[in-house]
Amino acid sequence: MNGLLDMIRGIGVKVLNSVRRMGRGHLFIFHTIMSFGIIFKEFSLLMKQLFSVGVLSVQIIAVSGLTVGMVLSLQGYNTLVDFGAEQSLGQMVALSLVREMGPVLTALLFAGRAGSALTAEIGLMKVTEQLPAMEIMAVDPYRKVIAPRFFAGVISMPLLAAIFSAIGVFGGYLVGVELLGVDSGGFWSQMQSKVGLYEDIVNGVIKSIVFGIVVTWIAVFEGFDAVPTTEGVSRATTRTVVNSAFAVLGLDFILTALMFGGA
Amino acid sequence: MFSKAKLEMTVGIFVVIGLAALLFLAMKVSSLSSFSGNDVYEVVAKFENVGGLKVRAPVMMAGVSIGEVNKISLDTSTYEAKVSFVLGGKYKLPIDTSASIFTSGLLGEQYISLEPGGDDAFLKAGDQIKLSQSAMVLEQVLGQFLFSKAAGDE
Repeated sequence: MNGLLDMIRGIGVKVLNSVRRMGRGHLFIFHTIMSFGIIFKEFSLLMKQLFSVGVLSVQIIAVSGLTVGMVLSLQGYNTLVDFGAEQSLGQMVALSLVREMGPVLTALLFAGRAGSALTAEIGLMKVTEQLPAMEIMAVDPYRKVIAPRFFAGVISMPLLAAIFSAIGVFGGYLVGVELLGVDSGGFWSQMQSKVGLYEDIVNGVIKSIVFGIVVTWIAVFEGFDAVPTTEGVSRATTRTVVNSAFAVLGLDFILTALMFGGA
Repeated sequence: MFSKAKLEMTVGIFVVIGLAALLFLAMKVSSLSSFSGNDVYEVVAKFENVGGLKVRAPVMMAGVSIGEVNKISLDTSTYEAKVSFVLGGKYKLPIDTSASIFTSGLLGEQYISLEPGGDDAFLKAGDQIKLSQSAMVLEQVLGQFLFSKAAGDE
């Protein structure tokens, strides 16, 4: 009997904790967004974060984009050539990159490359009591630490996704046209006629902006909310990567259904 | 760590490359639907059956794309499909132009093909094309073929 009661109580504790965390998370994002003025006032703070969040991620994004584009082209060719439709290779590569692969893979890589670093950095600031020290000095950590990192992530993500897709299309071109001998004119013209600026490119950018907000939000919040111990920071970093991946994949399904699901 | 100037430089390059990638996607990879500017006019044609015709399907004359379908609906008074499509403003077509729905290749997508007539007057925005030929539905054609074959055997 007692065991059962304990179990029910355990469920209650879990639910309460997750609701509390959710509340903290939303208050946190609200505070962060309200401090957006800092990125205009102290532009150098944003600049520094754009460098460590955006510029340092370019390398892995570019390499992944190139290989994903090449692999898509290689595999797509094998299927399409059976139907004599290898001219549609460009369309297939570009559509899958712009609509799905670009935003989603960029977000996943971003969570691993930049998100984990953000969490660890902010978590360690908490462990070494830099955040409380700032508050004692009447410096708002939301403005000095959180907001520049958050907005740097939100700005970087669509740019990184665009780089990913563009390099991916180029990789697809290299393999499809240069290696497998698909007609270059057909490759580009099929692509252009079937990929729409608004329905595909703009929707892809919207996707990556949403992912940018969510992944960076998770990353900075996990760091800010980490238990201030060595173990707490390591757990928070793991949670950032895992939760970001779940959030990105789940949201991607919803966004895809909203954008491309209808007629 | 980098000096301030170098840091700003690399961030600047990053943003420029990102925007250039976006521009590349917008210009080279995708196309605005080319018949969405101001210089277009819309005409309507009614078909008994549009088969698999879709919005944004091309409208061709002599194999040249001169417009695209922008709306397909059912006319509830005649139970025919009402297809509206836009044509580029520079294409002036005789008023007795006829429209048919064809399939590009055996398994390709369907498109509207226009055949010019001989009238001196030109189609205006909002006009209806009177002569139309429905899409060929493979099942119907097969059915007719089998039916005529069976009738011939008797």
